[in-house]
Order: sequence, then C-alpha cells, then structure tokens
Amino acid sequence: MLAFLIRRVLTMVLTALCLTFVVFYLTNLPPNLEKLAKSEASTRMSDADVASWIERNGFGRPMLLRYGEWLGVVPGWTRTEDGVTRGRCIEAGQDPAAAPLRCGVLQGDWGFSTVFKQPVSQIIAERLSATGLLMLWVMIVMVPTSLLIGVLSGMREGSRLDRGLSIFSIASTATPEYVSGVVLIALFASTTTGISPWLAEQGWISGKTLFLGTATSALDSGITFWNFGLPVMTIALYGIGYIARMTRASMTEVMTAQYIRTARLKGVSFGMVVMKHALRNALIAPFTVIMLQFPWLLNGVVIVETLFNYKGFGWTLVQAAGNNDIELLLACSVVAVFVVLMTQLISDIGYVFLNPRIRVS
Amino acid sequence: MTATTDWDPSKPILEIENLSISFFTRLREIPAVMDFSCTVMPGEAMGLVGESGCGKSTVALAVMRYLGKNGRITGGSIRFKGRDLTTMDDEALRQIRGSGIAMIYQEPMASLNPAMRIGAQLAEVPMIHEGIGREAAWKLARQIVADVRLPDPDRILKAYPHQLSGGQQQRIVIAMALMSKPALLILDEPTTALDVTVEAGIVDLVKDLGHKYGTSILFISHNLGLILEVCDRLCVMYSGEAVETGAVARVFDRMRHPYTQALFRSIPLPGADKNTHPLVSIPGNFPLPHERPPGCNFGPRCAYFQAGRCDAQEVPMVLLPGGDRHETRCLRSAEIDWDKPPVAARAVARTPVGEVVLKMTDLRKYYEVSGGLFGGSLKKVVKANETLSFEARAGETLAIVGESGCGKSTFAKVLMGLETATSGRIMLFDQDIQDIPIEKRGTDTVSSVQMVFQNPFDTLNPSMTVGRQIIRALEIFGEGANDAERRDRMLELLDLVKLPRAFADRMPRQLSGGQKQRVGIARAFAGGAKIVVADEPVSALDVSVQAAVTDLLMEIQRKNRTTLLFISHDLSIVRYLSDRVMVMYLGHVVELGTTDQVFSPPYHPYTEALLSAVPIADTRVTKKRIVLEGDIPSAMNPPPGCPFQTRCRWKSQVPGNLCETVMPPIRLLAGDHQIKCHLSDDVLAGMEPVIRIAAQ
Amino acid sequence: MDALSWGQIFGRIAWQFWPVWAALILTFAVSVSFKRRLGLYGKLYDSPVGMVGFGLVMFWVFTALFAPVIMTHDPLTQVSGMKNALPGFPQKGAEGAYYLLGGDNLARDVFSRMVAGSVLVIQIAPMATIFAFMVGITLGLPAGYYGGKLDTGLSFLANQILAFPVILLFYLLVTPEIVASGLPQYIGVVLFLFPLIFLIVLINSRLYVKPALRNLLVGLVVVIGGWLYLSLLSSPDTRIDLLPPQADALEIPGNILIVFVSVVFVNAPTVFRIIRGLVLDIKTRDYVAASQTRGEGPWYIMLWEILPNARGPLIVDFCLRIGYTTILLGTLGFFGLGLSPESPDWGSTINAGRRLLSIFVHPALVPALALMSLVLGLNLLADGLREESLKD
Repeated sequence: MLAFLIRRVLTMVLTALCLTFVVFYLTNLPPNLEKLAKSEASTRMSDADVASWIERNGFGRPMLLRYGEWLGVVPGWTRTEDGVTRGRCIEAGQDPAAAPLRCGVLQGDWGFSTVFKQPVSQIIAERLSATGLLMLWVMIVMVPTSLLIGVLSGMREGSRLDRGLSIFSIASTATPEYVSGVVLIALFASTTTGISPWLAEQGWISGKTLFLGTATSALDSGITFWNFGLPVMTIALYGIGYIARMTRASMTEVMTAQYIRTARLKGVSFGMVVMKHALRNALIAPFTVIMLQFPWLLNGVVIVETLFNYKGFGWTLVQAAGNNDIELLLACSVVAVFVVLMTQLISDIGYVFLNPRIRVS
Repeated sequence: MTATTDWDPSKPILEIENLSISFFTRLREIPAVMDFSCTVMPGEAMGLVGESGCGKSTVALAVMRYLGKNGRITGGSIRFKGRDLTTMDDEALRQIRGSGIAMIYQEPMASLNPAMRIGAQLAEVPMIHEGIGREAAWKLARQIVADVRLPDPDRILKAYPHQLSGGQQQRIVIAMALMSKPALLILDEPTTALDVTVEAGIVDLVKDLGHKYGTSILFISHNLGLILEVCDRLCVMYSGEAVETGAVARVFDRMRHPYTQALFRSIPLPGADKNTHPLVSIPGNFPLPHERPPGCNFGPRCAYFQAGRCDAQEVPMVLLPGGDRHETRCLRSAEIDWDKPPVAARAVARTPVGEVVLKMTDLRKYYEVSGGLFGGSLKKVVKANETLSFEARAGETLAIVGESGCGKSTFAKVLMGLETATSGRIMLFDQDIQDIPIEKRGTDTVSSVQMVFQNPFDTLNPSMTVGRQIIRALEIFGEGANDAERRDRMLELLDLVKLPRAFADRMPRQLSGGQKQRVGIARAFAGGAKIVVADEPVSALDVSVQAAVTDLLMEIQRKNRTTLLFISHDLSIVRYLSDRVMVMYLGHVVELGTTDQVFSPPYHPYTEALLSAVPIADTRVTKKRIVLEGDIPSAMNPPPGCPFQTRCRWKSQVPGNLCETVMPPIRLLAGDHQIKCHLSDDVLAGMEPVIRIAAQ
Repeated sequence: MDALSWGQIFGRIAWQFWPVWAALILTFAVSVSFKRRLGLYGKLYDSPVGMVGFGLVMFWVFTALFAPVIMTHDPLTQVSGMKNALPGFPQKGAEGAYYLLGGDNLARDVFSRMVAGSVLVIQIAPMATIFAFMVGITLGLPAGYYGGKLDTGLSFLANQILAFPVILLFYLLVTPEIVASGLPQYIGVVLFLFPLIFLIVLINSRLYVKPALRNLLVGLVVVIGGWLYLSLLSSPDTRIDLLPPQADALEIPGNILIVFVSVVFVNAPTVFRIIRGLVLDIKTRDYVAASQTRGEGPWYIMLWEILPNARGPLIVDFCLRIGYTTILLGTLGFFGLGLSPESPDWGSTINAGRRLLSIFVHPALVPALALMSLVLGLNLLADGLREESLKD
C-alpha cells in the first residue's frame, strides 16, 4: 500500500511539474510579454522600448531558468542599474542584501496580480474559499440525488420508472451549464418570462423573482436560497445526469449478476437484495466517476461563476486569462491541476477500499 | 415452514406435468420446453441430461420460477410437495426458495457476492427462513462449512469469495444450499467449471450429503458419466422435450430412444478405438428453437426415421413394458432392433509412425510477475514449464494431459513462437527454434506448425467472412499465385473439413460451434501444416458434435501424415485417439508413455487419481475411488520436492521425507515408459488397475 | 402590422422548415421499409428512444443543409428598430417580414441566426470527432496491444491532457497571442497527420502480400491525402503557408481551424483511453492468437482483427462524443474564444444574449434550446444504438 502511495504521489508531482511548465511556457510566450510590457509601462511604447522593458524586468532570461525562478529552485534575478539593485525577490525599497535568494512557489511566494493589484496568494485563498462553498452545496445536492436516481432506475431495468428516470438523466447530460443556466434564469429569475411574474402577481414571493439571476450578493450578504439556488442547481444538473447514468449502468449490470440470482433463489426479498447485495457492488464504479467528476465540475464552476457573476475561483481564472495576468493565471492552473490530481488519487485509494477483491490481494 | 402438514412423504417431492415454457422476443415466441413431465420421489436423485440448448436449465429455473422478463410458463404444472408452483404468489415463492428448494449453479465464483463475507452470505439463509438470530446462524454456518469438508471453517467464514479456490467456492455454494435443509436440491452443471480431480471431490460430497440429509436431487448435466455416478433415475432431453426417462441402469443398458443410443455411440467409452471401433457421430445439427421439424424433433438426424410417419404427428411419451416407469418418445421403439451393432464401423489401418519431426530437450519457461497491484518490488518467478523433454514423430498423435495450471498452454505458446523458451532446445525437423519468436520465423516454419483453438466462439474473427479468413491464411502462407487460385484452394479446404462451399460467404455468427471449429481446422491446415497443436479442440462442443470433429481431425491427420499434439484434460477422448500420452502436473512431465502404458499400471500417483476421477458412462465399468485432497497448488508458489507431494496418497510408501525435499528423477520403466516418482519398483509393480470392465 | 400571436409564430416557423420535414419523412419512410436489411442502423428503428434521437439529429443535419432556404433574414444584418424585438415582431417597412423569434441586442433576427449557427456546428463537430478518433485509434491500438513502456508513456501523456481543465486549455490555446505564435497550427500539423498514417498503415498491413495493389493504394492516399492535408493546414499570412493559393482547395478561416484543432486535441486522449481499454479486452481472444500463430504483423492484428470487433462501443461513443464536441464548441463561443464575435454559432449567441437575460430572454434561450436538442438527440441516439447492439 505504501509503495503504491509513494509511486502515485511521485507521478502526481511529475505531472504537476510538466503541466505547470506547459502553462508557464504558454503564458510567457513573447507576444504575451510584449502585451504585458505595454499594459504595465505604457501602451504607446516603441518596439525597442518593449524589448528593453522585458530585458530589464527579468523576462529576457531563458524560459527554463525563469520557470526555475518561479518554482523557487533557481535564485531570482538581480540587476544593478544606476547603482540601484533590483531583482525578482527584492521588494521596492528593500535592502538587496536582506532579500531572500530565491522566491517562488516553494517559498510560498506566488507573485503579484497585475489585474487585481494584490498578492496572488491572497486572491487565490479568498476566491477558492468562495468556490469551495459553492462546490460543497453542489455536492450536497448532486451526489445523493444522482445515486438515488441511478439506483432506482437500474434496480428494475426496462421498467416504466427506469425509462422515465433514464430520459431525465440523458436530458440533463445533454444540457451544458451555459444552457441550463440560461433556461433556469428564463424560468425562475426573469421578470418577464417563466413563473416569477405569475408568482409575484399571486403575492407568493416578496421580491420580483423566485430566484436571483446573479450570485454576487452571496459573497457580501451571506448565502440564501434566493441567491444561491440557481447556480447550485445549474452545476448539479449536468453532473446528476452523468453520475446517474453511471450508477444505473453499474446497477443493471450487478442486478443481472449470478450472485443476485443466488440471493433471490435463497429467498431474499427484492428490497433486501437491492439493499444488501446489490448496492455496495453497484456503488464501486460510480464512486470513481464521482471523484473524476471534479475536473468537469471545475469547468462548470467557471461557466456558472461567469454566468451568475459569482466572484470565485472560476471567475478569477477567466479574469486572469482574459487580462494576461501571468502570475495569477499560473497560480490558477496550479490549483486546478492540483485539484484534479488529488481527486484522481482519492478515487484510486477509495476504489481499493470499496472493493475487497483488490484490497486483500 | 408452511403447508408441509398436508403432504404425504410417500408422494413425490416434485411433480412436473406437461410443462411448456416459452421465451418471448420482439419477433416471435420461442418455445424452450414442450410437454415436459418428470417426477422426483423423496430421497431420489434425478438426472436431467442433454446437449446445450435442449432446455434442461430452463426446466430448473422454471422450478424456481425464475425465468426472467421474457420467459413464461405457457402450460402444465409444477407441484412441489403437492403445491402448484406455477400459480404461487411472490411471497409464498420466496418462502419456498432457499428453504424448500435450493439451487447450485455452474460458476461458483459468479454465484457468490464478491463484496460480502462468506459467513454473512451463509448465515442469511436461516435468518430469513427460520428467523433465528445472527449468532445462531453463524454457528450453524460454521457447522455446515465443516460438513462440506472445508478446512479451517472459522477462517473461511471471514473470507471473501475471491480468497477461495474454485473448488472451495463450489463447496460454499453447496453449503449455502444446505443451510435450511431443503427437501429438493437442484444442481445445474455444478462441476463444469472445475478441474476433473476437484470435480470428483464435489460429486462425492453431493452424494454423501444427499444421503445424510435425505434431500432429493435434480441433477442437470451434459455428462452421462456424472449422471451415472450421482443419479438413480434420469431423463434425457432433446430440443426442448424429454425423449427418454427411466432408471439410470436400465436406460444406460437398454435405451429405447434413437437419440439416447446415438449419444452413447458418440462418446468415447473404454473399448472404443480410433482404428478398429471408431465413434459414430450424429449427423446434422441441433435444430434452432424456432426451426424445429414437424413431428419427432430428432427425426432429421435419426437413423431409424420413416418419412410420412415420424414427421406426421407429434410424438407422445409412451410407457415401455417391463415396469420401472421407463418411458420413451419414439413411435418405433418396439420395432427397432436395439442390440444391432452400429452400421458402417469402418475399420482403418493404423497409420505407421514416421521419423522424428519435433524434439524438445530440457525445455524451461519461467515468467516473472510482479506481486499484485501494490507490489512492484516483489518479483515472483512462475515456473510454467520445467525440464520438458520428448519427441514427436510424423503421423503420430501425442496427447498432453493435465489440469489447469499444469503448463500445457505455455508449452503450446513456446512451440508456436509466441513466447521464447527460457532454456532448453526445440528441434523442428532439423532446425533449432527455441529462441526464434514467430516474427522471425520463415513462412515455411510458421505454416508447418499451426494451432487449433479451444473456444469455438472465439476462434474466428466475428467481423470477417469465413472464406475471407481462410484466404487470409493462404495469403500469409504464400499459397496460390493470385486471388482466383486462393479462392479455389479455400473452397477445397472447406470440402476437406466437410463444410458446404456456400459457407465461404457466411459470417461466423451464422455458424454453430462445431462448424466454427471446422473452419478453425481448415485455417490451420491452409499452409499444409506438418504439426498441429490442438488445444482442447472439442471440450467446448456438445457431445454429439465432439465425435464428428475428432474424426475429422483424425482423417486429415491420416491423409497428411500430420503430427497432432492433442492438449486435453479429458482422459476418455485421449484414450480414444492418442498413440502416446504425456501427463503434466505443475509444469512437470510426470508420466510419458504409449496410451496402453499410461492407462494401465504402474501409474504415476497423479495419473492414477486422474483416471479415477474421470466419470465413465458405462455400467460395466467399476472404478477405484481415489479422491484427491485439496486443490492444485499455485504455480507461483509450488511445493518443495515433488510437485504432487501435497496431494499424493502414496507418499507414506516412500521412506524419509524424500518426497518433500527432493525432486524425483525421471525413471525409465519397460518400453520407454517414463515416470517421475520416488516410489520403489516393488510398489509400482504392485499397483492395481483403476478401471475394470466387467466381462460381457 | 400587428405582432404575431404564438400560434402564428409556430405555424410560420414550421412552414419555414418544410424542406427539413420533407427530408425527414423521406429518410424515415425509406429506412423503416428496409430496416431488416440495414443492420444496426435498421435495428435503430425498433427502439423508440433511438428513433427520436436519430430524428432530432437528422433535423439539425437537414436544417444545416437547407439553411439558405430556411433563413428569413441575413444572420448578420442589423435592421433598425428591431433591437431586442419580441418574438413575432413585424419588421417596419417590409410587408410580411417578421422577426419570428425576435431580435437580439444588435437588432439581428434570432431565428435566422439559430439556423445559421447549426451550419457551423454540423460542419465542425462531426469532423472534429472523426479526427479525434483517428488520433485516438492510431495511438490507442499500439498502447493497448504492446503494453509496457509505450503504454505507460502514452497513457501518461493522455492523462496530462485530461488533467488539464478544458477551459484553461482553451484559454491558453485560443488567445490571440498564442494564435499569433502559430502554436495551434503546429499542433494541427501533428494531429492531422494521424489520419494519413492511419490509412497508410491500414492498407499496408493487409496488402503487403500483394505489393502491386498495395503500392497503388498507398500512392493514392499519399497524393490525395497529402494534398488535402496541406490545403487544410496552409492558410495565407500565417506561420504555415505552404501551398500557393491556386492549389489550396480548402480555404478554412484561420480561427475556425484553430477551434477545430483545439477541440480535436481535447477529445483525442479520451478516445485513446477507450480504445486502449477495448484492445486490452479483445487481444485475449483466440482469433487474435490465431492470427499471431500464422505470423501476421502487429498492425494487421490491431487494425483488421481487433479494431473491427471494437466497433460497437466505438459507434456509441462516437455519437456521444459529437454531442460533447458540440458542447465544447458552445463553451468556446460562450467565453468568446476563437470564433469572431458576430459569428452566429450558438455558444457566441448565448454569450451575447446573457447580458440582458433577466429582461429579454429570447436571444439566449433560442440558441440554448437548439444546442440542447441537438446534444439530446445525439445522446438518445447513442443510447438507442447501445441498447440495440446489446440485443442478440
């Protein structure tokens, strides 16, 4: 087990290194740097000025070297011009001698955001916690619902209940977040269409709409059903269909297994067969799927946060990518990749624990 | 238990009357069982025998009322202790399942819940049916596990199914069926997935427990030998109908239905010989359920068929004179001379054996495997083949016999060049090929060593026509100058394996198992193979088809003077067709000699047990019962010394701990008969034959 | 002129779609009458779910085909006074012209934009999926068949791409700075090579025993395929400008090519994993061993013995994957990546419409429902195919 873990973690680190380097490379291509120079210094710089700005701010060094700087394994650049020593790790006004030699991710220095004018680590921490809250609610809604749907429809394959639930889950996997978000807003959060005008007329809701079309207020004035309902539903809906399909497939397979026949012919009632014999076997496969669903959820989060204007991690990612905020974007990718790899690890370990066949051998 | 009071123990436990079962698909109704009747008395063991697709398993599932969504009982009744199961509601059925009637299935691994401990699965039964507590149920489970002769019951109760071997799993399934002391036990091919020596133990167990608990048994099998060993009465089924039923001994000795007779003539019993007494295969094919002929279902394949009579009417079951409830579904049962020997028993001259074409010397094949999912550092060596030495001559049939894990498949892979040998030599004609993988072998070498595979449903590419697959082999072997020539050659090959030429354009799924196997043979002989490795070529086929395919192989062998390496676990067929036999156990050749030498004493102790374990469908044969203890050890972790020492019943005859410590040498007995054993010459000479045939 | 009622709106829309209805009825009538002779496709007509799915998919295919006839307005023209017009609103100064589904915030006809959007999706999504399959198959077959180091390496690469959040990847690949550097085109150079390699290996592995025929076919593939390959990639004034304009048969706008490349890039690793899994299963079959023992080359075994027998799950996944590709295209549009802002594709239109969503619903809702119905159709089709292929 330990050997397996170590191997797994080593692969993870290797993957993380590769991926961050790719992101680093792509975000530090010359056109990006030129754009950065223009936005930082002056938009009307000449090409020569741009080149010298890049050179002066340490962006001219070889790519691999700068990646090492960013990681914190290579000493940061220093440059003495007109008697003033500046450098990657030297803050404005700091004595160069007192500055640390290396400053990178490993030292906890994630850089400074050019868009938000704040340290990246601070932005990431704030926004990540906001997204965490959203994800938590999504999970609370999504996992039990989808498992229930999957088990109910897979229990009796081909029954009317199965048909109905299957159509629902197929429909929900066919509805990406940007579609379901639009449809849900039209239905519940529009002052002109959907059920809100009618509800307001009846006097059943105090505001103008049943739900709020944006979730911005959730961060300032706390989460309510009113401002959080739609974003959570939008993300959950897409996942529910997918997980329910997986659970159903796994459940129908288990229900046709011979040991289910054995149990039935032992005289176990149908309900007990489902609960005692089928469920555990049927949940092994969906577990992996749920965990691997995280990267997909990340996608959904970006879309939903953009659509509902919720200033979380996904929204930040879009801002960083759209505004060429190199260090923020790098940090965002590190976090994203880390989340994905962690879930893969957890899903592997969890699979082993759920499945006695693998555990003991 | 309910409603047992008004049931008289002298009445039948199970009475099936005129049962008809159909499966309903979108297109049509497919009758699976028609007009089936049978009676099981208390304490009686009833056998249901027939080829695959004859409806025997459907009958069993109908008794359990578990036919799935599409299956329905369309007529007749099934009475268990006087109560009709066909009209029973779900709750009453649930109470009978498991406590009144219990069932044991073919695949033990699949019948056990992989995520539940053995103990919990066993204890569940009495907890449901007798309402006893968890503690008491586990105690009962422990007792029954001991009853099915499993070592260390406490450990087993806590284990998961995958931690047990196949034989142990099947014992657990039996234990589970016995937990509530059912009145009727249904066994559906309970040993088909197991090795012969393990099968013998299970059969013994079932018989003993049946007597001990007074349980009636419905035993379903395709193996007539097993039926003879286990059952009192039997019912032969063909294409959804019972064709003959009666006491086992009477049906075996005085069968009165042409199908039963044909079945017995097509299986290799002791005394059959490929040259003097060849098997008689049943012509034609098993009819598909929706293409049954009018009148007698067996009519088109029957030697006694009379047009206008047998196909004019539905044939009823008739009671034969002589009592003992012997019935047959044949109009002509009184007219046929049943004792007339089979016609056209064309004897063939023995093929002379030619020069040595294949010689293996000290061949070894070791595999390195990493230890499981988390291992990596732990490398284990599997010794799949150890010091294999033998010669095979042109025109000879050499049988390689052994159970799973004995290394016979690895040997085939090394010979074919799919793997290279770890050490030793393989001489093919005058060429060393042990180190040459197949990609580096010349076309001549490749086409001269070919293989026939075991599973007919797997041996042909499902998405290519039959003709195309044979032509491809011809292309690869460089036969024929152009497409037209190759096509002609392909049609000739179809003639050779006695398939209609129209089959060239068919897809494999349109062929029956036997026909696919014939295509496989045609493909193997496409390049004029000199050596053919046949890896259990008939073991997955129905009994009546086996004979035809075996005969075909023999015939082509005679014609081409091919060397046939016949890999099998079935000693009956080996005895029938092979010239020499090589017995393997855990990668070692334990015995090698002519067929007569191997099948008569002195034996290697393993050969002796193997011979005893094979069920023989002949009432004249008496066998010495030798049931091996335990399972075959894993090739990953072989025992020290002699590989067979853990299960050998002769071990006490060897002084000291020689068997546990020293690998026995190969000993040459009279007439080049080789045995790998420590037993002294005296002990070997004193061995008695396992099989005796009573004088006729 | 008064605005149309909802009944009139739907009546007029249904009338606009008449060529689609005609084509659908023809397709279904012909297919149902010959369904027993059409194999798996024919069996689809036994499954209500599959039939509905197929109907939805074909609806959009025919819509894309007959788009010029169906559209009532030019999808890019802005008509004054029609800004955010409600559905059924009459166009001023033009008798009998209505904005059937209203106008968007730039006063363009929502209905016509939806129809025009289908053309883009139906062109890109299936092609991109085919390319992704070619790449996945060409790499997945050897990975599964040989196993070992090759498998470890390729699987690691595939996992790298899969571990990357799709949106981040799109942002990295499709931003103008990176497009200017030519990187997506270079990826295209590699990815588009796979179909060529695939075809050449396919022919060679089977026909090497008949060299004359082999040479002819391989030659044809190299010439025709190579020319298509070059014209697909090369576009003037970019990093890759290999062909003179006269010889360049396919003129694909640069930004579409880049969208295409990135969608293929994202899909290929998943296909790779599916193929690899199927190969691991099928390579244990006896017919594979049979072809090994007669000395077939590894590529023949992979392409002619294994691949055809994996077709069932692959066809099902192909349908699902077109749906997923459609969703990805929408995502790109939704974030304003790649395609030009006035492009009528559904994702971009949803993105444009969402700003005024709580007041004017129709500009975003119409393309959203269109996209959903196409993906739903593909998913239902896949489900029907899976069920029918499992039977018998």
